[in-house]
Amino acid sequence: MLKKVLLGAAAMAFVAGFGAAPADASPTLEKIKKAGQISVGHREASVPFSYMDKDGKPIGYSVDLCMKIVDEIKKELKMPDLKIKLVPVTSQTRIPLLANGTIDIECGSTTNNLTRAKQVDYLPVTFITGTKIMVKKSSGIKEIEDLKGKTVGLSLGTTNEKAFKAAAEALKIDIKYIMVKDHPQGMLNMENGRTDAYASDDVLLYGMISKAKNPDDWAVVGRFLSYDPYGIMVPRNDSEYRLLGTRIMADLMRSGEMQKIYDKWFNPGPTNIKMPISSDLKKAFEIQALPY
Amino acid sequence: MNYNWNWGVLLQDPYFQWIYTGFGWTCLVAICAWIIAFTLGAVIGVMRTLDNPIARGFGTAYVELFRNIPLLVQMFLWYFVFPELLPKDWGMFVKRGIPLPEFWTAVVCLGTYTAARVAEQVRSGIGAIRQGQRYAATAMGLTPVQVYRYVLLPIGFRIIIPPLTSDFLGVFKNSSLALTIGVLELTAQSRQITEYTFQGFEAFTAATVLYCLVTFIVMTLMQTIEGKTRIPGMLSLGAK
Repeated sequence: MLKKVLLGAAAMAFVAGFGAAPADASPTLEKIKKAGQISVGHREASVPFSYMDKDGKPIGYSVDLCMKIVDEIKKELKMPDLKIKLVPVTSQTRIPLLANGTIDIECGSTTNNLTRAKQVDYLPVTFITGTKIMVKKSSGIKEIEDLKGKTVGLSLGTTNEKAFKAAAEALKIDIKYIMVKDHPQGMLNMENGRTDAYASDDVLLYGMISKAKNPDDWAVVGRFLSYDPYGIMVPRNDSEYRLLGTRIMADLMRSGEMQKIYDKWFNPGPTNIKMPISSDLKKAFEIQALPY
Repeated sequence: MNYNWNWGVLLQDPYFQWIYTGFGWTCLVAICAWIIAFTLGAVIGVMRTLDNPIARGFGTAYVELFRNIPLLVQMFLWYFVFPELLPKDWGMFVKRGIPLPEFWTAVVCLGTYTAARVAEQVRSGIGAIRQGQRYAATAMGLTPVQVYRYVLLPIGFRIIIPPLTSDFLGVFKNSSLALTIGVLELTAQSRQITEYTFQGFEAFTAATVLYCLVTFIVMTLMQTIEGKTRIPGMLSLGAK
């Protein structure tokens, strides 16, 4: 009897599941359609990927790429006046907020790694960087080995934190850590002398220096301590939605528009960051430009 | 919601260890801050009830300054601004010289903030005692210090045990703000576990349970103190 009821319930759920939506529907797109708005997560100080301009509007390389996807969603859902809700996220909140559905897409500077992939999905790699250290030019520090007995700032919840600690542990270097909640606080600690070095993705360090009071005082030094490919984050278990994003990214890469957007932000970019596209990234764009 | 639950993560190494040390730091910050808050708060509270206008003015200024600035702002002021106001060598000592600068900054900040709240409780506790008590004590030839030591404070503190309990609990909960200046207490460690495993809901559930546990212990402790120190018929002195 119980078995029959269960079977019946399962069958009903099955029918209801198909009846309510077409077979290829994406839960995220359904949600966006129903709400009449898409929630876009952005960072506030990840220069030049996703940060605030003078009027407090999020801008940057990742934000531009996200807007291309939003445009496509508008077309797909035939909702030209779809509202865009901007939600600021931090390195700590971005994954939970995406996993619990508060945001539908995250445009920041997020490393794609396999642990995170248990909770979220990623679109193709749009930037390649790695962990390096920023120091005061006058300090004479050149490599992680020079940091013995020194104090290093790390941003809570970043891949750099893990990478740096692992590297220091492997080399058996004794380092004191100060945890900060975001990059501006890390910079503040550097400026007032609490820390001797700050570890982060090299591109973010260049971004921080380009916005510092005296950019000439600071230098990014050392070898790469990790490999960090960035990608736009989308909710997990929604291959239809992810496919839409992947398609847009591949289109941009194939048409060369991706590189134009890259140059707009990095070469030299509004903050004068001056990072011409690397051969690795150029290759990555070519490889990920999948054909139809 | 697309979420993969995994409660086992809480018992794994090193995450169990992180929660454990985080809980330790939370308790340590809170208890050290409470010691400052209680002693300083008692002094400031008494100052506000004195006849001396300078002492009263100082007490009032302290309370208004510390309770009107948000705690988070105070945390940043103590951590980032205060060392810059000192002479350069002293500032450097506060920033780098003392062991665990973040910890001590958090303790001092939380202690001085909570002291303002304790001071108000102490003032109201003394204020709740009928004036006749003070007059009677003075008439018996007690000096002002003795009036406070033997009459006003013993009764005043008994009256304010329930509201003081709230402040004591508040210290434990407010100690989570110390994470903004880099103290790896319970909330910070929960975040840390979230970042390493992305099992944030489990980590924060564990933190919630531990906060509830410690506040429950504090409440029991304070109720015991209240019961043990009760003097039969004494509280009626407070009421007119």
